[in-house]
Amino acid sequence: MARQSFDIVMPSLGADMRDGTLTEWLVAEGDHVSKGDSIAVIETNKGAIEMESYYSGTINRLLVQPMLTLPVGAILGTIDADSNTETDAEENADADIVTDNEQPVSQSISPPIHNEPPIVPVVSTAPATETSVRALTSQRLASPIVRALAQQQQLDLRGISGSGPQGAILLKDIQTLLQAQSAASSPSEAATAAPSSKAVTPKTATSSRDSNAMREAIAAAMEKSKREIPHYYLSHEIDLSVAKQWLSQENAGRDPDDRLLLTALLIKAVAILLPRFPALNGHYLDGRFEPAPAIHIGTVISLREGGLMVPAIHHADQLSLNDTMLALRDISQRSRTGRLRSSELTDATITLTHIGDRGSDSVFGVIYPPQVAILGFGRLRQSPLVKQGQINICDTMTVTLSADHRVSDGIQGAKFLHALSQQLQQPELL
Amino acid sequence: MNQDDIRALVITAIQSVAPEITAEDIEPDEDLRDTCDLDSMDYLNLLSALKKSCGVNIPETDYPKVRTFTGMVDYLNKHLT
Repeated sequence: MARQSFDIVMPSLGADMRDGTLTEWLVAEGDHVSKGDSIAVIETNKGAIEMESYYSGTINRLLVQPMLTLPVGAILGTIDADSNTETDAEENADADIVTDNEQPVSQSISPPIHNEPPIVPVVSTAPATETSVRALTSQRLASPIVRALAQQQQLDLRGISGSGPQGAILLKDIQTLLQAQSAASSPSEAATAAPSSKAVTPKTATSSRDSNAMREAIAAAMEKSKREIPHYYLSHEIDLSVAKQWLSQENAGRDPDDRLLLTALLIKAVAILLPRFPALNGHYLDGRFEPAPAIHIGTVISLREGGLMVPAIHHADQLSLNDTMLALRDISQRSRTGRLRSSELTDATITLTHIGDRGSDSVFGVIYPPQVAILGFGRLRQSPLVKQGQINICDTMTVTLSADHRVSDGIQGAKFLHALSQQLQQPELL
Repeated sequence: MNQDDIRALVITAIQSVAPEITAEDIEPDEDLRDTCDLDSMDYLNLLSALKKSCGVNIPETDYPKVRTFTGMVDYLNKHLT
C-alpha cells in the first residue's frame, strides 16, 4: 500500500486551549519516528508540552519555524506514515495530526526556499501575526516570523544586520539579539535562574507560564463542568493509622530518593480498585458514557507560581508501589520544571486531588470534563475514632468523591469509598 | 565545613526545589515548610538534594528535628562532624 501523508497540526491539549506556540522541533525532515515519540515542544498556558506523534513514519516537511503562536489545528508539518500504522491513525480521530488536504491553508504554503528557513504561512486566524507583518513595512529582508517576533519585541528591523542571503534577517539573528538584551538588562535574573534551565530558549518563548492565561483555562474547564455535569458528593472518613505505620517502617531503611509518600499509596489503592467500579473511570462524550479500558490517574499538581496541572499517571493499576512513587515524582517535577507530554494532559480517566498535609480536612473536587469522577484527599490528621466501643486516637483522612450523576449513583460511589477504606487497611498488599 | 557553609548549602538545597526563595525570605525559626511553601514532595526533594550535596541522610524519625532552618543547620552540623 502506498504511503499516506498526514498533516502535523497544532494539538488541542484540552477543550480550553485555543492556540499554542511552537517553540522547538525535536525532529528534522527525513527523521523516522515511532508513534508516541515526542516531535515538538509546544508552549501553552500550561507551560511547555512535548507533542507526541500519533503515527509511525517519516517526517516529510517542517513548515513552521519555532516561535510562532498558531491556533489549534494549524498545520505545522507533514509526516509520511508507515503503511502499517494507518489503522492506528484512524483510531485517533482527535489526534494531533489530521489527514492531508483537509484544511485549505496547506495549499497556501510555498515551498521552502533553498538556504532559507521554512516560511511560516500567515494564518488568518492569527491576527497578531498578520497585523504585525503589516505594521512593519521595513525595507529589510525578513521572513514573516522574524517580522512577527520583531513586532512582538518592539524591535526595529532597520537597526539589525542580518546574516542571511542579501543580508536577510534570520530568526537566529533576532534570537541572538534578544538573548544579549535580556542578559544585559537583567543579570541577576539570569544568575538566579534554576541551574537546570539552560538559557537556550529566548525570552519570547515564555518559558514562564502566564498565570492569567492558566487561571482563565482553569475557569473555562470548571465552568463547563459545573454547568454540564450533575455532580453528587460523598465523603468518607478513613482510618490510615495502619497505612501510616506501615509507610514509616517501609521508609525507615530508605534514602530520601527512594522514600514513599502517602499519596503514592492512595493512588495505587484507587488504581487497583477502579476495575471493579467502571462507572467512575472513563469519559462522558457526545451524550453518553464511555468506560475507559485503561486506568490513567490524573493527579493534581499545584504549581509554585499558582495554578495547577493535572498530568496522568498511565496504567496506574499495573505499576508497583515503588513505580507509582517514581511516576508521581516524575510528573511533579516535569509539571514544574520540565515538560509534560501531550498524552499525559489529555487522556486521564479519573482525577485525584490531594490537598496536602498543610491543607484543610477535606476537599470536594470539581470533575474535569469529560471525566466522570474526581477523588479528594484531605489532610492527614489525628482524630478520635470509636472502634469496638472504645475511643481511639487515629490518623484519619477524609476522602471525598464527586461523581457524575448521569453515569453513577451515590450508592455505587459509597461502595467505592468503602472498598477504598478496606483496601487501605492492608497497605502491605499494595 | 563551618556553620556559614552549611547555611549556604541548605539555602541552595531549598532553592533547588523552590527557586523563587531567597535567603531573606527564610524565617530561621519558623516551620520551613510553611515559610517556603513546601509540600510533601518538595520536602522529600529537599532532603534528597541535601543527601546529594553533603551525604547526610535525614530519616523520617528525625523530621521533627529539622522542622526549622536553624534546626536543619544544627542537625547537619552535628552529623557532618
